[in-house]
Amino acid sequence: MMLRIQAHLRYGGDFELRVDHEWPLEGVTGLFGRSGCGKTTLLRLIAGLERIRGAAVSFGDQQWQQGRQFVPLHRRGIGLVFQEHSLLPHLSVQDNLLYGYKRTPARLRRLHLPEVSAMLGIEELLGRRIDQLSGGQRQRVSLGRALLISPQLLLLDEPMAALDTQTRREIMPFLGRMAAESGVPIIMVSHSPDEIERLADRIVFLQDGLIQRIETLHESLARPDSPLFDDAGAVSVLEGALGEAGEDGVRPFGPPEARLWIPRAGQASGSRPTRILIRARDVSLSLVDPHHISIQNHLPVTIERIDPPADSRCVVACRTADGQLVLAEVTSRAVSQLGLETGKSLYMLIKSVALLG
Amino acid sequence: MYALGPAEWQAIDVTLRLCLYTTIILLLLATPLAWWLAKGRSRGRNVVQAIVSLPLVLPPTVLGFYLLVVMGPRGIVGKTLQDLGFHHLAFSFEGILMASILYSMPFAVQPLTEAFSNLGRRPVEVASSLGAGALDRFRTVIFPLTRSGFVVAATLTFAHTMGEFGVILMLGGSIPGETKVLSVLIYDHVEAMNYEAAHSLSLLLLIFAFTTLFVVYSLTRRFQVVRV
Repeated sequence: MMLRIQAHLRYGGDFELRVDHEWPLEGVTGLFGRSGCGKTTLLRLIAGLERIRGAAVSFGDQQWQQGRQFVPLHRRGIGLVFQEHSLLPHLSVQDNLLYGYKRTPARLRRLHLPEVSAMLGIEELLGRRIDQLSGGQRQRVSLGRALLISPQLLLLDEPMAALDTQTRREIMPFLGRMAAESGVPIIMVSHSPDEIERLADRIVFLQDGLIQRIETLHESLARPDSPLFDDAGAVSVLEGALGEAGEDGVRPFGPPEARLWIPRAGQASGSRPTRILIRARDVSLSLVDPHHISIQNHLPVTIERIDPPADSRCVVACRTADGQLVLAEVTSRAVSQLGLETGKSLYMLIKSVALLG
Repeated sequence: MYALGPAEWQAIDVTLRLCLYTTIILLLLATPLAWWLAKGRSRGRNVVQAIVSLPLVLPPTVLGFYLLVVMGPRGIVGKTLQDLGFHHLAFSFEGILMASILYSMPFAVQPLTEAFSNLGRRPVEVASSLGAGALDRFRTVIFPLTRSGFVVAATLTFAHTMGEFGVILMLGGSIPGETKVLSVLIYDHVEAMNYEAAHSLSLLLLIFAFTTLFVVYSLTRRFQVVRV
């Protein structure tokens, strides 16, 4: 399903939004940029909450806005989740969840209360009042409510920005699961590289009201100058299945030829791929497979690219045995001492405790 | 204590009908107007806001005078009505009803505008995204969340209409059963040196006004506490 947007908006004298793009909607699209770059305005334009004159928005073969034609939000089949809690305070949790469900024609209902509340872990909350919920619970109910209209598209406006780190960590798996299991394409506004790396499949980079580029997560992470790399430096994302924990609580991740061991409780194992994030500066390179070392993860890899040094540090992009890209940040001194070059095979060492679940 | 006679009951009847109709009509008119004032982006808002609030500062005689000019047999409205075969609006119940609607307008519009502003745009946007059309949104989200505003608007309008005097006297005169409301009747009693009758009715109005305001303030306070 293609989303096509064409808009030009100027307000306040110094802010301008100029968009003329289209991209396929599948999985999660991250709308990424700094505060004030126009992300939320773009989202509101797609939703039909911002009626910009002369703009054109179409979703597949549905013209949502074109010239004088304008389909109002309540006819677009869009689920919306906002940053701060937006549950209707005069209704119970269950009535909030069913508000949109009841207004969805029966033949269009694909998702129903039992499975959605199970997916989001809110079965026990149904009878509660809104003011009896925590921030994380409210956000999960908001997500469920949006899903229950069986939307054609789900728009999330920084859904985790108002939550504390702990709660964010709780919600994240639910969001990932929702994206994978509901089959509904999602557009998520975020200014957090971490959220984008964990959830997005494709990223729209927005800067000063202009779309800089649209690319997949993997394309973006393979770029040395990716805007996703913040103060913490380059990051890689690995996808794989997470197995059951052994007696020591450490869980296997990925196929046998590229197996990692992750100390992590919480998230359910299953066949559905899980993402883990690896910071390039947590990765070491070794020409031999060392024994007698506390580092648990030794992956055989091949060097695909060595980026030019910056501040006497180099990012070395390596390909794992199962074809995924992992970045290692080492000094340029290490590069020359080990004689690193493209095509060379070696071992990548990653401390288990550094793996960000 | 002076017993209420037929003249008093007639005045009470006129007064209550006037208050009731004014309140109903004003709520219907003020709701969209207040919504527009609270949510609109047009520059005309300040002008409209000022016009709506005029009765708060103008002497009732000014408003009454202009209404008399406009609605009387030679005024634009009055003459047009007469040409169409109707009665002009001066010295009639319909006339003082029109006057009351204008005169009490700010008491309906302001609480509603404030309620709609406080509501914010979020609940309405949420309801739209969940498939609710405009009327549905009003019925199931806007009204339940701004109910206190409606209660305040209705009570204040009702009570303020009951307290009207100058405008009615200017435009309606003092026709029993038609335009003679309680406040005018009290004035007539005083003019006729009938202090006992004036006192009964005055006390009645005083108690009514106090009770109404007391209820309104308790309600708004309670609603504020309930608001999440």
